[in-house]
Amino acid sequence: MFKNLTVGRALVYAALLLMAIYYLLPLYVMLTTSFKSLDDIRAGNMLSLPQAWQGGAWVKAWAEACTGVECNGMQGFFWNSIKMTLPAVAISTILGAVNGYVVSMWRFRGSDALFTMLLVGCFIPFQVVLLPMAQVLGMLGIANTTTGLVLVHVVYGTAFTTLFFRNFYITVPDELVKAARIDGAGFWTIFLRILLPISGPIFVVCIIWQFTQIWNDFLFGVVFASGEAQPITVALNNLVNTSTGVKEYNVDMAAAIIAALPTLFVYMVAGRYFVRGLTAGAVKG
Amino acid sequence: MAALSINNVYKTYANGTDVLKGIDIAIEDGQFLILVGPSGCGKSTLLNMIAGLDDITSGDIEIGGKRVNDLSPKDRDIAMVFQSYALYPSMTVRQNISFGLEIRKVAQAEIDATVNRVAEMLQITHLLDRKPGQMSGGQRQRVAMGRALARNPSIFLFDEPLSNLDAKLRVEMRTEIKLMHQRLKSTIVYVTHDQIEAMTLGDKIAVMKDGIVQQFGSPQDIYDNPANLFVASFIGSPSMNFIPATVIQTGSDIGVKICDDNGCVVLPLPHDKTKLAQFVGQEVIFGIRPEQITDARTAHREGLPVMSCHIDVIEPTGPDTLVFVSLNNTKVCCRTHPTEAKRPGQSMELVFDVSKAVLFDPKTEARIV
Repeated sequence: MFKNLTVGRALVYAALLLMAIYYLLPLYVMLTTSFKSLDDIRAGNMLSLPQAWQGGAWVKAWAEACTGVECNGMQGFFWNSIKMTLPAVAISTILGAVNGYVVSMWRFRGSDALFTMLLVGCFIPFQVVLLPMAQVLGMLGIANTTTGLVLVHVVYGTAFTTLFFRNFYITVPDELVKAARIDGAGFWTIFLRILLPISGPIFVVCIIWQFTQIWNDFLFGVVFASGEAQPITVALNNLVNTSTGVKEYNVDMAAAIIAALPTLFVYMVAGRYFVRGLTAGAVKG
Repeated sequence: MAALSINNVYKTYANGTDVLKGIDIAIEDGQFLILVGPSGCGKSTLLNMIAGLDDITSGDIEIGGKRVNDLSPKDRDIAMVFQSYALYPSMTVRQNISFGLEIRKVAQAEIDATVNRVAEMLQITHLLDRKPGQMSGGQRQRVAMGRALARNPSIFLFDEPLSNLDAKLRVEMRTEIKLMHQRLKSTIVYVTHDQIEAMTLGDKIAVMKDGIVQQFGSPQDIYDNPANLFVASFIGSPSMNFIPATVIQTGSDIGVKICDDNGCVVLPLPHDKTKLAQFVGQEVIFGIRPEQITDARTAHREGLPVMSCHIDVIEPTGPDTLVFVSLNNTKVCCRTHPTEAKRPGQSMELVFDVSKAVLFDPKTEARIV
């Protein structure tokens, strides 16, 4: 690999390496700090390795740390986030797939207008919908619940997922649908048997996008769910802000990593499909 | 199998554009109908309307004597082969062929028998477990035909099925489609923009332009008796020559005056004298096909008018040599025997077989004689 190493190329590699360090350094600091004791943190250098590796901060962050009045750690809120994210991702992705299928393959009078309106949904700032959404959730009787948060994220996410699927299905030749119609297949048969089997890449894109968006969301979580139902992002904020004398940086770091783990996991598992899905062009066949 | 009749069919899009303006076509059971025309003439739209994929604005389409305007595609008993083949990418060839039968709830044993029969007929048995992505264009084309054949419909619809194939394969598949038609005696509607496909395959050809059927008839009839200048120029390769000329009466003969660098001659026309007489002294467009202007040896008929012409360019094609001359300041193509053709710059005696020549009105472009 060094045979073609020119000055220009070396510069490129150097720049890339620098960038990588720049992005990885905070993670390194977080990881090492989370395994240090408080004395170690106060005494040592931020970049140094722990003098003695200890996992106490992790246990505390997971099960004992105080997030306000309660002192049960992050565990309950981690499951809150799971209970919120999984259904919200699944529902919004499925809705997006069906929407995208309709606006790309079953054009009807006004379908372009409908798509444009859905598209506008992608550009509406979160803050604009806060008050009306709170009213709606109140009327539905699901304010301050995980169900309410799922609904908010589905409504908000469907605009994006529709866009993803529409842009994917628009590259599929519509002769495919015509052929299936002549073969006698109906709306759902065409969707389930012809289009879904080739939609793998766009599903991956959609799921990663929605998962990170919903898992990482703080604003909706802090506004529409509080106390028992709050998601992990809100709990993390509360944990860090709840001080009982000493600031426990090691616990804060461990809690932050716990909150970030699922998204890291999703990226590692599906990351390469993500790039592949984003660049997936026409379906040849 | 079934007859097809299209009665006064119109298609207007929501924005007001008229795509089809009163189409009338009828073919009998087992006939091979070609819809041919330049792109944008409405031929594919008409095919989609026969298939039920596009709504009919007004008029009727009947398949086997039954009005199908309001039937959905699946209830029209048709099968269609698309230009892009439209094979289902996630399915194997076997699944592609059996999909339509499965949906129609045909018994599994019968499906298997049909798939095997069709695959054997099209020689794709070895491909049955492959997916479309693993096949060449020609193989996909065969599978697309197989999918249509398996259904055994009343009417087959072909939408430019050969245009994505290379030239050699296209000629092969053309013959196969014709063979299949002769064997199955199926009713076929075939859309193409290729006039050679139209001529070679069709029992009946509908030449379309601007949403109107310009002429509907047998291939030979359309070739010999084009209804107007457009049809005459569209069908035939190389295209018919169109020479602007004046109609002149000399004694009892009426003919057209043709000039070249060497001088002028009047080519007497053997057509109906009373008709010709109306145009004496007028400018017309004299239409004559390349094979009707040739060398003396190829013509081998006595008493045809001969003219010595100055050769501009020659194009040997193998069986013939095309000789280009300039008549009435128009480039004219003549088809001659390769050994008889002279060199560019020389003059050559050309024989005009005017018996099949046609005359057009230069303004309306309609056929007049």
